[in-house]
Amino acid sequence: MTSMDIPTLAAPTLAQPRRQSEWGLWVERHRVLLVLAILAILPVALPYPALAINILIYGLFATGFNLLFGYTGLLSLGHAALFGAGAYGCGIAVAALGLPWFVAIAAGIALAIFVAAVIGGLAIRTKGVYFSMVTLALAQCLYFIFYQWTSVTGGESGLRGVAVTKIGVEPLRIDLLDPYQKYYFFLVFVAVALAAFSRILQSPFGSVIEGIRENENRARASGYSLDWMKWMSFVLSGAFCGLAGALNAIHLGIVSIETLFYTTSGTVVMTVLLGGMGTFFGPIVGAALFLSLEDITSNWTSHWQLIAGLIFIVCVRFFPKGVWGSALARFRS
Amino acid sequence: MAEVSLELIGLQILTGLALGCIFVLVASGLTLIFGLLNVVNFAHGAFYAAGAYIGVFTFGYTGNFWISLVIVPAVMAVFGMLTERFLLRPLYGRDMSYPLLLTFGLGYVIVELIRIVFGIDGIPFSAPAALKGSMFLGDISFPRYRLFVMGFTAALLVGLWLFIEKTSFGLIVRAGARDAEIVKVLGIDTSKVWLLIFALGTAIAGIAGFLAAPMRGVIPEMGVTVLIEAFVITVIGGMGSLPGAVIAGLLMGVIVSITSYFAADFSNIVMFAIMAIVLLVRPQGLLGRRDSVR
Repeated sequence: MTSMDIPTLAAPTLAQPRRQSEWGLWVERHRVLLVLAILAILPVALPYPALAINILIYGLFATGFNLLFGYTGLLSLGHAALFGAGAYGCGIAVAALGLPWFVAIAAGIALAIFVAAVIGGLAIRTKGVYFSMVTLALAQCLYFIFYQWTSVTGGESGLRGVAVTKIGVEPLRIDLLDPYQKYYFFLVFVAVALAAFSRILQSPFGSVIEGIRENENRARASGYSLDWMKWMSFVLSGAFCGLAGALNAIHLGIVSIETLFYTTSGTVVMTVLLGGMGTFFGPIVGAALFLSLEDITSNWTSHWQLIAGLIFIVCVRFFPKGVWGSALARFRS
Repeated sequence: MAEVSLELIGLQILTGLALGCIFVLVASGLTLIFGLLNVVNFAHGAFYAAGAYIGVFTFGYTGNFWISLVIVPAVMAVFGMLTERFLLRPLYGRDMSYPLLLTFGLGYVIVELIRIVFGIDGIPFSAPAALKGSMFLGDISFPRYRLFVMGFTAALLVGLWLFIEKTSFGLIVRAGARDAEIVKVLGIDTSKVWLLIFALGTAIAGIAGFLAAPMRGVIPEMGVTVLIEAFVITVIGGMGSLPGAVIAGLLMGVIVSITSYFAADFSNIVMFAIMAIVLLVRPQGLLGRRDSVR
């Protein structure tokens, strides 16, 4: 089928030449600080801090996913596996092995990187939609493994007892039972992750993966090893998603098996799509919108999935650039 | 497991072939739609579930299995046409991930609608009286219904093959899969062809769901598992190859059935392991074309 060689049209936001105003450049240069400034006032601005914590965690998850989807142009439908691996890695380290929290978070990230290396290594052997199918299938495979490995993962009832309540970082003592303290504790990790993410995008590697998204053949002709770059992008994405998963495990004190289910992958795709793929602010805007919508609708209906599906359809059909992406396009023109 | 009789293995293989038939039906609908429309239909599993529910509903209403077996594909074809016309058609010419994402969302909506209408619990459904019980094949007694599923699938596939290979419409379909642009230039209204092929694919998915209902149960999420199984089969069989989907589907049915008997813990995972091996050794799949991979 010759039509498969047509260059893809994904992520149109950055495809246009960058003609930016001084104001736009200023925003872009200070993007990490700007995001952090907004995130810093979030728990005060929202009706309750639990929503802010979710936005923080899912925003980070979506940012990690965006590296692969928005910047590299690879649509993974298996990111639940990376988020879930981070959550289970951290959870098992705390609940079963009794390790301290910082080791547990590192363990979560490590497990997520390992899972990403395996799934990514297999999936990059296919391209286009088959990449999506293979990532979905392999993530579902991990779901079944964790579902049946009851002795380690708790199986269907989830992993219980991920109890991290007090953290002492001299001279500070953080009480994670207080939602505000928990939020700002998590924000430190998110801040480091966002700074690292921004740095990755500015690096030569960041330019190459965007080149792959725009035109694979040209990137290959430029002498880059596509496999290596795609795999690296997948693994790095896994590290960010794993951190998000680990934080989620500490936040909830339990890791449910649904964390690994394909709907989690669907949620993160929707979040990035809603916010704007291939943009730095998009995933966090998407997470804020998506979770707020879920929060509002859950007050009057239990059929959130119906509304989520409709948002999905409307987004793809009418706003493929997402909320932030559309705003950006309007601002630039 | 001291003694494993030949009969038992025979029974597991036949059970596996019946399961494989369901895989084949779902995977061939997916392949058909993908081959022509270049759309990976992520709502295919939801259509499968919808087919099962419509079948069970009409069966409860009419009490006749055969009438239900006609109504299911008819209703599903209409569903398919509406989906293609109003949701997918505006997305042609854009990147392949757009229709993929749209159908993903559509799947959410359909499954949730099924939950709202029929409830979140499964509905019990058993094979019609005429197909109940067992019959003997040699020395092995075999459930009649599963034999029926195999016979019906074979007939359907032969019909599909004749339709694509021997009719003038099938000629357009084959030409369209090769090069849609040229077909359009020759003055053929391809949008009608796309519409009918999508309807055909969803109708087959609906039939598969209804046929699977007595074997695998009826729950709103039934499509999720089968969709992923069908993806695995299209990857193993070869991307976009209908014969590949048939061979891989039957093979996986047998392998899953045998594993679930001898090592039940691994029955959910064995397919994925085989897919991983295929991707490592022969990424284009058993009968796939080279251009679907790197």
